[in-house]
Amino acid sequence: MSKRTLLFVAVLLVLMAFFAVSVVQAATGEAAPANPGGADSGLVWWAWPLILLVVTFFLGIMAVLGGVGGAVLYTPIIGGFFPFGMDFVRGAGLLVALAGSLAAGPGLLKKGLADLRLAIPVALIASSAAIGGAMVGLALSDAIIQTAMGGAILAIVVIMLLAKKSEYPDIQQADKLSTVLRISGVYHEPSADKDIDWKIHRTVHGLILFVGIGFMAGMFGLGAGWANVPVLNLVMGAPLKVSVATSKFLLATTDTSAAWMYMNAGAVIPMIVVPSIIGIMLGSLVGVRILARTKPSAVRVIVLVMLVFAGMRALLKGLGIWK
Amino acid sequence: MESKTGQSPGASEEQKRYAAVLDIAMKIGLLAIVVTFVLYLIGFPKPHIPVEDVSQFWGMKVKDYLEATNIEHGWTWVKEMGKSDFLTFGPIAFLASVTVICYLSIMPILFKRKDAVFAVLAICEVFILVLAASGVLPSGGH
Repeated sequence: MSKRTLLFVAVLLVLMAFFAVSVVQAATGEAAPANPGGADSGLVWWAWPLILLVVTFFLGIMAVLGGVGGAVLYTPIIGGFFPFGMDFVRGAGLLVALAGSLAAGPGLLKKGLADLRLAIPVALIASSAAIGGAMVGLALSDAIIQTAMGGAILAIVVIMLLAKKSEYPDIQQADKLSTVLRISGVYHEPSADKDIDWKIHRTVHGLILFVGIGFMAGMFGLGAGWANVPVLNLVMGAPLKVSVATSKFLLATTDTSAAWMYMNAGAVIPMIVVPSIIGIMLGSLVGVRILARTKPSAVRVIVLVMLVFAGMRALLKGLGIWK
Repeated sequence: MESKTGQSPGASEEQKRYAAVLDIAMKIGLLAIVVTFVLYLIGFPKPHIPVEDVSQFWGMKVKDYLEATNIEHGWTWVKEMGKSDFLTFGPIAFLASVTVICYLSIMPILFKRKDAVFAVLAICEVFILVLAASGVLPSGGH
């Protein structure tokens, strides 16, 4: 399938999603009810949790195939199209990312792809900043959060489009900090059947960037994989596979601190959290199984279009233009 | 790039320990979430908010939600675990505590190896996560 055809299919899917949302709203009898999905919405109580389970199942598949984290899709899409308050969506988004990271962690650590010595200092910085982000995010109104998140999602799409990847960055010399901390390692690359040893540099620069990454993760309830990987790979020079695996692993630490802030604020509703976790994890399992048979780059185009749509929706919803 | 250091690939001792503890704890947490959620759906024990009424509140801002449902924030849910909706908080909180458990599990290895820097970093991380979990930090609410 050519890229043009793929883009056409992606736009068509997005338009169909928009049409489906409009149909649901029309079926409930109101264009923008005060509490859509509430007792007067006309839907049975289990309708939205069931739709949530199904949608998050497909998000889980798309996340794996598109090479993105579940939460970067979850929070803007669920926040934009479901009748849940943004505080609860963000709390659920953090728990979804946390659950996904916990599930993937053991395998990545055992294979030596995720590196604990690389993750620990980074996670300390990011998790501390995530607390601050959560405190700020919970203090802001939904409109401001939606607007800011919409802008952030669109910026994420640009980063994902423009960011190059370096499979094996050629680091001539490790910097002083990473040498003192002994952040380096060796992993086995099956495709080349050889052992790759690696080291990093610009450690301080990377740690500073992780302050911002952690803050955003806490504020918007997004996973931080979209930012972790470019910083670990392009700024600090870790091999791509180590960067992706370590990013997935350290999400658990970053999101744990922010998730606790949302939980302590009361922003966790089991009827939203649990179907989301189950849906995303089942979808991820299916996604891993069909990954070998799909062309990830093709699916990535669809994922990027979904993110653009979700980002626009959040931005316009926050500005009160598209209620 | 070929391995020049002669190191063997694979996980370090603390990494293997972390992975083993994480694997068990994660599976326990996920199973418990499913079990408690099923109990909540069937209404056993009786929930604080009946399942069919949750939709009245989930569109609210969290401050309004707490007022409307007469729920207190913070760790007060522990006292209410006799109700099935609060019962589901137990495994959710457990999953959110798994990282702390894993960090604590690797500390003996770090101390034994006299890896002071990483032992201190791990202690700091545990402190940060416990601080976040404690509820002493203001968490906004609007």
